Amino acid sequence: MLNVEDIRKDFPILSRKVNGKPLVYFDNAATSQTPQQVIDAIVDYYSNYNANIHRGVHTLSQEATDLYELSRQKVQAHFNAKHSYEIIFTSGTTHSINLIANGFSSLLKKGDEIIVSALEHHSNIVPWQMLCERTGALLKVIPMNDDGELVMSEYDKLLSKNTKLVFTNHISNALGTINPIKYIIEEAHKVGAAVLIDGAQACPHIKPDVQALNVDFYVASAHKMCGPTGMGMLYGKEEWLNKLPPYQGGGEMIAEVSFEKTTYADLPHKFEAGTPNIAGGIVFGTAIDYMNSIGFDAIADYENELLEYGTQKLLEIEGLKIYGTSKHKTSVLSFNLEGIHPYDVGSILDKLGIAVRTGHHCAQPIMDYYKIPGTIRASFAFYNTKAEIDALVEGVKKAKMMLS
Amino acid sequence: MTIEDIQNEIIDEFSMFEDWEERYQYMIDLGKELPLINDQYKTDNNIIKGCQSKVWVHAEMKDNKLEFTADSDAIITKGIIAILIRTFSNQHPKDIIDADTSFIDEIGLKEHLSPTRANGLVSMVKQLKMYAIAYQTQLN
Repeated sequence: MLNVEDIRKDFPILSRKVNGKPLVYFDNAATSQTPQQVIDAIVDYYSNYNANIHRGVHTLSQEATDLYELSRQKVQAHFNAKHSYEIIFTSGTTHSINLIANGFSSLLKKGDEIIVSALEHHSNIVPWQMLCERTGALLKVIPMNDDGELVMSEYDKLLSKNTKLVFTNHISNALGTINPIKYIIEEAHKVGAAVLIDGAQACPHIKPDVQALNVDFYVASAHKMCGPTGMGMLYGKEEWLNKLPPYQGGGEMIAEVSFEKTTYADLPHKFEAGTPNIAGGIVFGTAIDYMNSIGFDAIADYENELLEYGTQKLLEIEGLKIYGTSKHKTSVLSFNLEGIHPYDVGSILDKLGIAVRTGHHCAQPIMDYYKIPGTIRASFAFYNTKAEIDALVEGVKKAKMMLS
Repeated sequence: MTIEDIQNEIIDEFSMFEDWEERYQYMIDLGKELPLINDQYKTDNNIIKGCQSKVWVHAEMKDNKLEFTADSDAIITKGIIAILIRTFSNQHPKDIIDADTSFIDEIGLKEHLSPTRANGLVSMVKQLKMYAIAYQTQLN
């Protein structure tokens, strides 16, 4: 059982005011807030260890390199990867996905098929469309149902010997649905396809085990896990990472260079061209330590409690509809008030110091499915409270009164 | 009245409001008033898509003055459109080109004209000016 009052003390931003009101931060699915431990680690790095890594014989460079590689080991342990070199540090989930999409452009040919889910964020649709344009491969979509769940019977029908890659988010950013990725991975492997899972929305809530999942690629962002922005990871099975060509050319990713031929560095450096986000890499490990010190079981239990409480309280408001009603979901409540535009509600909630996301959440196909312009999305983290949910409910009631 | 006169008039009206709630309620009431655009002009050609709300704008030239009509699917956006139209409509294109929108800051609605809001209003102001430039070219 976590002690939310103690935890809140770790997050300096939670005590600030917005528009004269105490901040209620319910936009955690967009980015999580940063605990003092992580802020301190950033300051510590620049105060004591700042140096370029993997290339200096001097002490500072050695120390910074050690910290950076230690962080890679922490990420490896967290995701239970077999080897630390199967963890590639990237600038975030979008970068990770593009790295893989780019790599597959040399592996795909005309007539090959890529399957994506209907619950995807734009960043998960566009790179594959671009890849299909380049290679002549076809993009197929796993449809969703009214509850915001992927229809597995349709997925089964889409799979064939032409399927080369399947790719879905672990958890939907717009609706919070937890997708049955274990099944998706197993079925894809039966036809010889690789599977890439976008864990950006899952990792703040769940500790994925990439070996137990037997997933080929798994990607995530640090900034949704109490870490810094501009930092993310890509897990890839060694055999797959060896198959993919490098994404960018530059320093650090090469073994030997002459004008005739360059040989590439071993994993993970092959995919880490140039000077990386060193502070971000080191602090990613700090953020993972922080979340593990609270414990993902305790986080899941508490967030479920918030989800149940929030669902029940919001549904007491007449004319309020929740989108994404799967039994398997995380602490995301996407909703609308009948006849009222989400932008209007979001604008009034902002005046009350309540941060929610409004709009299509970069997931327009989902909004088209429900025939709505967007939703109001309140996403809870382990540092939120029931009292904050009460403030949200009062705010929504006020918005409804003002706007009807 | 000149654009500046109208803007000053609006600033005066808003100075009577005590807090954000009164300002917003006024905007909402403005937004609820009759449709601001004829349905035949609510076409895909006239649409400005924001990530949050949609805006439609139509322009017509009458007696060397530009007349604007516009609409939005969000009511607060629509209220702000009503204010913008009130200042820009029935004016000479040249005056519209020269006009600024800083009065929106003064009436406490600055956040709605911020590009981060993605509500289509920033693009709408640009569009109004584009129409003015286009019609000004015709007049020259």
